[in-house]
Amino acid sequence: MTVGCGEKKETINVYNWGDYIDKSVLKDFEEEYNIKVNYSMFETNEDMYIKLKQGGSSYDVIFPSDYMIERMVREDLLVKLNKDNIPNLKNIDEKFFNLDFDPSNDYSVPYMWGTVGIIYNKTKVNDVVDSWDILWNEKYKDEIIMLNSQRDTLAVALKKLGYSMNTRNVAELEEAKKQLLIQKPLVYAYLGDEVKGTMVSGEAALAVVWSGDAVAMIRDNPDLEYVIPKEGTNLWFDSMVVPKSAKNKEGAEKFINFMARPDIAARNTDYIGYSTPIPEAVEMLPEDIKNSKAAYPADEEIENTEIFHDPSDIITEYDRIWTEITSGE
Amino acid sequence: MVSRGLKRLYTFLIFLFLYAPIIVLIVFSFNNSKSRGVWAGFTFKWYVELFKDAEILKALYYTLLVAVLSAIISTILGTFAAIGIYNMPGLSKKITLNLNYLPVLNPDIVTAVSLMALFRFLKMEFGLATMLLSHIVFCTPYVILSVLPKLKQMNKHLAEAAMDLGATPFYALRKVIIPEIMPGIITGCLMAFTLSIDDFVISFFNTGNNVSNLSIEIFSMSRRGINPVINALSTLMFVSLILLLLIINKRTEKNEMERGV
Repeated sequence: MTVGCGEKKETINVYNWGDYIDKSVLKDFEEEYNIKVNYSMFETNEDMYIKLKQGGSSYDVIFPSDYMIERMVREDLLVKLNKDNIPNLKNIDEKFFNLDFDPSNDYSVPYMWGTVGIIYNKTKVNDVVDSWDILWNEKYKDEIIMLNSQRDTLAVALKKLGYSMNTRNVAELEEAKKQLLIQKPLVYAYLGDEVKGTMVSGEAALAVVWSGDAVAMIRDNPDLEYVIPKEGTNLWFDSMVVPKSAKNKEGAEKFINFMARPDIAARNTDYIGYSTPIPEAVEMLPEDIKNSKAAYPADEEIENTEIFHDPSDIITEYDRIWTEITSGE
Repeated sequence: MVSRGLKRLYTFLIFLFLYAPIIVLIVFSFNNSKSRGVWAGFTFKWYVELFKDAEILKALYYTLLVAVLSAIISTILGTFAAIGIYNMPGLSKKITLNLNYLPVLNPDIVTAVSLMALFRFLKMEFGLATMLLSHIVFCTPYVILSVLPKLKQMNKHLAEAAMDLGATPFYALRKVIIPEIMPGIITGCLMAFTLSIDDFVISFFNTGNNVSNLSIEIFSMSRRGINPVINALSTLMFVSLILLLLIINKRTEKNEMERGV
């Protein structure tokens, strides 16, 4: 098909996290399929949800996380994918199919995944790091960094106590709160993205981080090491979905299929640092990432992980407890 | 003597605190690593990448386009509104002025969400038009507020005198009132321009899927880490502003010398 002057070129609107794709990939897609990509970015699942829910602008492909996909499916915001249009689904590792938030993968195709764990500086920590308990060790007062994220930080305390991080039991949440209040005097800071710089420059000894950030940090400072604690942790996914309001479902499926191609996934993974669910793509990565235990832990290491569930029915409890932690003494 | 030294130290400290973050940012725009924690050698690669990054350049284009347009439009709207409000009788003037204060005092998020609801109600397609309109909405009250004091300072018989001498009202407006309140108009225009460049919340809720500005772009990076390309861009913006200010200062100095001030 030739595209003449004034004739409208086919477009798709893609909505993704900030700095979460190798942008040269978009250009390749545009050239190969002759579809223009309008690319925009969001910062949290919740921001994205509001934008989608209020309408006004339509997106064809969105990259939400696990618990948000669960919520969007429940609220009937997503369309079922036509799997015939996405042959590259076969590239995705079987163990990432049929997860809780989308039991038969009718709605989503995994893009990136990762874990939450502890990164520590080998020159500063001489104990064995294999449990969340180390974050409560008074020896490391003012050397511990926690995440400034209510869900993730509560999950750490819940896991330490041996509870599910998806608990709906308020008594268990209260216990977790108590743990975090005990820990608070030891904590150097509750940080977001700044954790990377702080750990790389050696300002702190231990931090709770997402695995992809850990890979980036270890690249910059080889004294750092990433551990998934034995009590288990959070396993998370960012997947590609097509919302009901999409105007170009075929184009969206072409895009999703393209992103699931091993060479494309490898380029994105190399740029972002998080883990791809496509084994063939892993093979194409540079040695240091391919063999990274942080990015690609052994199967038994992620055996007792949990995926977050949609918290919307108990979110006020979470908000209250988090406020009490951050404002408490 | 001591107090003078203290004054200088005080000024110096204030400027140090104001500019230290910008200096750090400029230094790290030459850092050969994505991380902000370590220095990995000098490089220009982020500048090269900046000019290759179509998304960020597009965001820069929309930022400047919206800022310039909303500054011009809200300055025109605000100036005429200020003249109108100034000439209103007592009570209605008070009411209008208070209404004008509301959007200034209102938290951004309230303005943002209500504008979003309005555009949705009008079934408008979200994009450049809605973003521009929302920027004009929050800039205009600031222009009115900076023009009004100049109107109060003006001798109100000036316009009457011009009309007594045969000027039409519009001619008097053009030749007498506008030049008198010009400093207020320029302040308002600059305010509108900076407010528009600075705004995140209102832009985020009122833009569509293919129009984004720098604040949206940068904010959405903050979970995963800000790409150093942004440091390079900020450095360039900072340097061009400094140059612009220096040139303006030089020219006013020259003008004043020529006029023998």
